[in-house]
Amino acid sequence: MRWLFRTVFFAVFFLFAARACYAQPVSSADLINNATRFDAARISYEGEAIGDIMYRGNFAWVNLHDGTNAIGVWLEGDAAKTIQRTGSYQSKGDWVEVTGTFHRACIVHGGDLDIHAETVRVIKPGRPYAEKLNVRKINFALVLLVILGAVWILKQLKLK
Amino acid sequence: MILRPRVEDTRTIGYYLGKVIVGLGTVMLLPMVLGLACNEFNPALDFCIGAQISLIIGILLIKLCDTDEDLSWMQGMIVVSLSWLVAMVLGAIPMFLSGHWHSFLDACFDSMSGFATTGLTLVRDLDHLALSHNFWRHLIMFVGGQGIVIVILSLLVKGTSGAFKMYIGEARDEKILPNVVNTSRFIWLVSIIYFILGTLVLGVVGITEGMPKGSAFFHGACIFMAAFDTGGFTPQSQNILYYHSAAIEMVTIVIMILGAINFRLHYHIWMGNRREITKNIETVAFFFSVSLLFVLVAIGLNQMQAYPYASMLFRKGFYQFISGHTGTGHGTLYAPQFINDWSQLALVGLIIAMALGGAVCSTTGAIKMLRVGVVMKALFQDIKRVILPDKSIVIQKFHHIRDVFLEDHQARTALIITLAYLALYGIGSLVGMLLGYPFLSSLFESTSAAANVGLSCGITQPAMPAALKITYIFQMWAGRLEFISVFTLIGFFVAAIRGK
Repeated sequence: MRWLFRTVFFAVFFLFAARACYAQPVSSADLINNATRFDAARISYEGEAIGDIMYRGNFAWVNLHDGTNAIGVWLEGDAAKTIQRTGSYQSKGDWVEVTGTFHRACIVHGGDLDIHAETVRVIKPGRPYAEKLNVRKINFALVLLVILGAVWILKQLKLK
Repeated sequence: MILRPRVEDTRTIGYYLGKVIVGLGTVMLLPMVLGLACNEFNPALDFCIGAQISLIIGILLIKLCDTDEDLSWMQGMIVVSLSWLVAMVLGAIPMFLSGHWHSFLDACFDSMSGFATTGLTLVRDLDHLALSHNFWRHLIMFVGGQGIVIVILSLLVKGTSGAFKMYIGEARDEKILPNVVNTSRFIWLVSIIYFILGTLVLGVVGITEGMPKGSAFFHGACIFMAAFDTGGFTPQSQNILYYHSAAIEMVTIVIMILGAINFRLHYHIWMGNRREITKNIETVAFFFSVSLLFVLVAIGLNQMQAYPYASMLFRKGFYQFISGHTGTGHGTLYAPQFINDWSQLALVGLIIAMALGGAVCSTTGAIKMLRVGVVMKALFQDIKRVILPDKSIVIQKFHHIRDVFLEDHQARTALIITLAYLALYGIGSLVGMLLGYPFLSSLFESTSAAANVGLSCGITQPAMPAALKITYIFQMWAGRLEFISVFTLIGFFVAAIRGK
């Protein structure tokens, strides 16, 4: 009985410990600065999908930016389709979590530092940015326009 | 005795400077229009403000300094060196207003980096930058690559002898056509034809690599401007790595090499004189330099086992290497990878390549191949003098468009400029080390700034000390203008203070 209790205890402990380590996303800075240590390891990484999703056959490239760097993620085309919005000037992209294998120098992709994703999950959907016109900039531009007009007229008058 | 500059000197300098500033203000209208077309109204306002400030200052200078006098050598040099500083400040205004640069100094850093076609950047959150601002970052590389003053020469000046002085002051030692204005227009013709072709090719490749059409052609235009002008900016923060595409890497390698070729050589190739490619001292020196130094880099990468396969070593190693040698700064690596994955031997090979650069009268910075070739020829000549009998006459020839007999003054000029570059690389490294950075990283970053390359091993970032930002700005400016006009400007200020 005691033996069974110990086994169950350690099994549960290691399961939770492994899950805690696995679930903890690694930052881009950690991955890039310690690329050799993480090479070929299964990792979890999350970031904002930025730029374009580039489909290549049945797969696609998505670049995920975690606030410090963007890292390229190679994933299945169907998984890429779950990402609805990517970050640009006009929108905040979906915040995506991927789990997969990290490569310091990917053999398949010519030595790129990348992640081959196995699971992809949108944690937080992106949203469009509503651009508010900056009134101070408008006022400043109008003042400058008046000055420019005055300088131009002054130039023309003097020329005559 | 040092003579204080005359009021007429200042007036003539101010008049031509005003013209350059008006030209710059007009160029800012292009991103403004793009901003309006893309519903980017705040960025359009940034450019509207920048253009108006430029036009007000430019028109006032033209008016207040109105003169019919032509430029002297001294005035021409000062106009050029001041134009680049003023362009840096004015070009930084819309950037700073965007809020993507931490301070105005950071915006000035990127502005100088763009105009000088360096490629080092301090921009924050580049992936959310407006299209119009991104276009501006690349447009200033296109304008700076051809030469800011050349833009004005070809558009606003009808043909004066002063134009030639400004042309020389902007580190263009060679005329392609007898008239300097026609030379400037030829440079623009070549650049625009290549721009159309390059954008088309990059756009089509982008589409085949899965990018949407509009995005592919926008990126194509931006990357072409940065690659042909050996600049190195890209619209996304990962630089060329963003595309994960061997095809885009291959196309950009071709464009970078085209940008590193002498415009005079372009002219001869266009005129059907293709043999010039194999005979010209610059292309020969470039071929030898690329071959020897890449062997060094490859051995270095192999020592560290950075890449398990030769094909990967070539793709990663050669791309960063040729990008460094042509002074472009496009990269497919993250900055820390240079220090973590590359051996010191590979880094030294890359630093030497960056320090040497491409051809004269091209868009590259650094020492340049003609000077390397001339110095090597002079060295061979001296060795021959020692080996051969005393009475023998040693003649050394080299081919640069035509056969040229090597004379002492050519070797002296080449050596002086080479030494000035080495000193500039050294000064930046010293400042880096004084601020606590390791030797090799400091040397790498300093060479990259002074040779107008743009590859970074991680020092260049918004948090770096202001003193280092100012040092790199000075290096980019002095390196791009090849010293003479910068020394003239310093001399002008000394004369203004101490002269009688």
